[in-house]
Amino acid sequence: MTAPAIELKGISKAFGPVQANKDISISVQPGTIHGIIGENGAGKSTLMSILYGFYKADAGEIFIKGQKTLIPDSQAAIRAGIGMVFQHFKLVENFTVLENIILGAEDGAMLNSSLGNARKELKHLAEEYGLNVDPDEVIENLSVGHQQRVEILKALYRKAEILILDEPTGVLTPAEADQLFRILDRLREEGKTIILITHKLREIMEYTDTVSVMRRGEMTATVKTAETSPEHLAELMVGRKVLLRVDKKPAEPGETVLDIKGLRVVDEAGVERVKGIDLTVRAGEIVGIAGVAGNGQSELLEVLGGFANGTGTITMNGAGIPLSGHGADGQARRAAGISHVPEDRQREGLIMEFAAWENTVFGYHHSPEIQNGLLMDNKGIYTEAEAKMQRFDVRPPDPKLAAKNFSGGNQQKIVLAREIERNPDLLLIGQPTRGVDIGAIEFIHQQVVNLRDQGKAILLVSVELEEILSLADRVVVMFDGHITGERDAAQTNEKELGLLMAGITDTSAVANGNGGNDTTQQEVPADG
Amino acid sequence: MDKMPKWADIVLIPLISLLLAAFFSALVILAIGENPIEALKLMVDGALMRSSGWGYTLYYATNFIFTGLAVSVAFHARLFNIGGEGQAMLGGLGVALCCLYVPWPHWSLAILGASVGAALFGALWALIPAYLQAKRGSHIVITTIMFNFIAAAILNYVLVELLRPVGAMDPASAKFPDATHLPSFQDMFSTESNKMFRGAPANVTFFLALAASVFVWLLMWRTKLGYQIRAFGHSESGALYAGISPVRITVIAMLISGALAGMMSVNTTMGESERLILNSTEGAGFIGIAVALMGRNHPFGVLLAAILFGFLYQGGAELALWTSIPRELIVVIQALVILFTGALDNMVREPLEKLFIAMRRRNA
Repeated sequence: MTAPAIELKGISKAFGPVQANKDISISVQPGTIHGIIGENGAGKSTLMSILYGFYKADAGEIFIKGQKTLIPDSQAAIRAGIGMVFQHFKLVENFTVLENIILGAEDGAMLNSSLGNARKELKHLAEEYGLNVDPDEVIENLSVGHQQRVEILKALYRKAEILILDEPTGVLTPAEADQLFRILDRLREEGKTIILITHKLREIMEYTDTVSVMRRGEMTATVKTAETSPEHLAELMVGRKVLLRVDKKPAEPGETVLDIKGLRVVDEAGVERVKGIDLTVRAGEIVGIAGVAGNGQSELLEVLGGFANGTGTITMNGAGIPLSGHGADGQARRAAGISHVPEDRQREGLIMEFAAWENTVFGYHHSPEIQNGLLMDNKGIYTEAEAKMQRFDVRPPDPKLAAKNFSGGNQQKIVLAREIERNPDLLLIGQPTRGVDIGAIEFIHQQVVNLRDQGKAILLVSVELEEILSLADRVVVMFDGHITGERDAAQTNEKELGLLMAGITDTSAVANGNGGNDTTQQEVPADG
Repeated sequence: MDKMPKWADIVLIPLISLLLAAFFSALVILAIGENPIEALKLMVDGALMRSSGWGYTLYYATNFIFTGLAVSVAFHARLFNIGGEGQAMLGGLGVALCCLYVPWPHWSLAILGASVGAALFGALWALIPAYLQAKRGSHIVITTIMFNFIAAAILNYVLVELLRPVGAMDPASAKFPDATHLPSFQDMFSTESNKMFRGAPANVTFFLALAASVFVWLLMWRTKLGYQIRAFGHSESGALYAGISPVRITVIAMLISGALAGMMSVNTTMGESERLILNSTEGAGFIGIAVALMGRNHPFGVLLAAILFGFLYQGGAELALWTSIPRELIVVIQALVILFTGALDNMVREPLEKLFIAMRRRNA
């Protein structure tokens, strides 16, 4: 047996009272893709930061190709043949691809020779791994998928043998993700070792050879992917059995609650983000808006929530609501029966420095039932907050704790409890489970479905296709500010939505049988 | 979980910062050839050991409570109001107009009227920078500091050209009518046999300052306006989501801040000089920044910090009187206090946090 490409022995790291990594050991064979999966805060990123020299481990050893190696900084990591592709790219936006690639790895004082050498090397790499990017294109003109390729090229240019990718598909369309994994396959064939950090069970199951599961700073298991199942992995991540599918009965849509006609939104920079869309949401249904982040979904939510201006007409229960000027603010929207779980709960949905109890009335602080003469009825708010936190299983159930001290999932539960218990006619909900642990996802989805079953209208925006498919009754796809398609959630699939998300409206090749008489998918490419 | 207990954050950190400031002040005093222990004794004797000393300390403290509260209210909305000085100057004009041109039957009514006048003028002086910030994005630090100069120029003009009595030489208004005389501590607390607070300027306005502290506390933590101000101060995007108008909150917070700063003049103009003079604010508007920083923007903290700075002011005057230590040294000491409690807060905070975490781990 060859020496492992990389081996960690007994790595521990604490931040103050928090033990981020506890006695972690893994060993990754060369020429394999090794997945690391775990919930937010399980310690994945800390572990990789230690491997890349950002943090120093309190204890433990790192072996590269059998050699004990010290990695005090990222330069040492690069020398040891480790390359890292971060979730948020570290590229200079207004430099060309070539300039970005040599940045920090120039041969000498003069740029020209470095650029010349890099150009040759880049051509070579492109041929070897199928990583085609125009070397003279400026980064900001590239798609996100291509920017990610540049990051991979940067690592390969620095002779990386081990490539670490941190949540690489978070910002990609399904098609781009497919391309990425094809590239990773090719790299594996050429003998590179790949460590893939993700929270998506599907990616782990489809593309990895082995997988390690982390929970609360500990490595709970390392298994061969072929010998495990998503359910088993989820259980290892959470520590108990988890329902991965949402349990819901078919929707029974009623009257139209929200009716949008010709909505346009121009952002502060003067760019048109929403380019004339028509959309209705009826009582008792969940309409899911799918799309890659940045295609106008956020702006749609902001206008509906009352904190961005738009043009067009929107009616709520038949009555028009203003889209700019007086009456176009969060207070007016709430009065019209719209509740809003915003996409960014940390910057919008909660005041992080406020205690949980103060946050349970955020946005509803004008409500008459929480006033006590001139003052706010703090005692009443506190008591109600305690009850709310019980009902929504917020942990720890301590209303005095500041919002910033709760985990992502529990923060989201505080927001949900506040918005759902207002009994709105329409619930806007953006990225309901972003940064939320699997255990809490189940709970949050169930709450949303319960609200639907009470006959409320729900508009869901999510970049997680899986979430849209399992939660929504009707799926609307947005691309570049337009609606590119609308599908019944029960009769579509990720492939079809993926094409729509990329702006391709001819989906006949991948659609499920429209009449329902032919559900075999012969025309679907078989590479899954 | 918080990194350390609340009491350590509120009490221990300012205390350690203060001790550090005292230590460095002692070094400075040593360097100019005086004995720091003696100096401290003089300051304590002069400011705290006699009732007249307290009378001065609390007089200064009254000013600092108002300006400290003013800065802290604006701080809660993440607005740095360094125009307290100018707002207080204009507040003084409000007091003077109220006292000179309204025939008050009794001081208790006069102080209410003067407070309204002071608050109104102070608030109006804060309104323009607030509007410029909210609507135009002009940075409030720049505009408020500019408005200090404008206020000084206006006051100069008004005193020299308009309010100066015919034939008077100095730029000051006429003396206020007797009915507007505010009871000093000496008037209030002295008995036949025992004269207290002899000659000290502390007056009934101190209680007005205490009332203002309670008011600010209620406002910030018990009303929905305070809730909105604090929410906006923590997160503007959050405020927008909740339907809290940034323009409205910016203007309201600055109006309250300016009103509080203006009310300081009730103490100086009505309570002490009993006429409007140039430079009656004596930099109290700026001291308010240090007081708010040290008091952690909480009215109770502001109260304690204001008394501390009152002590430094009065003690400093005593030093200048009895030793060769110049009065300017007190500015150095104040600067050190500001430096350590405000700017170098993290220098004390981080080691202390580590200490508490280590202690907690050992106990766990």
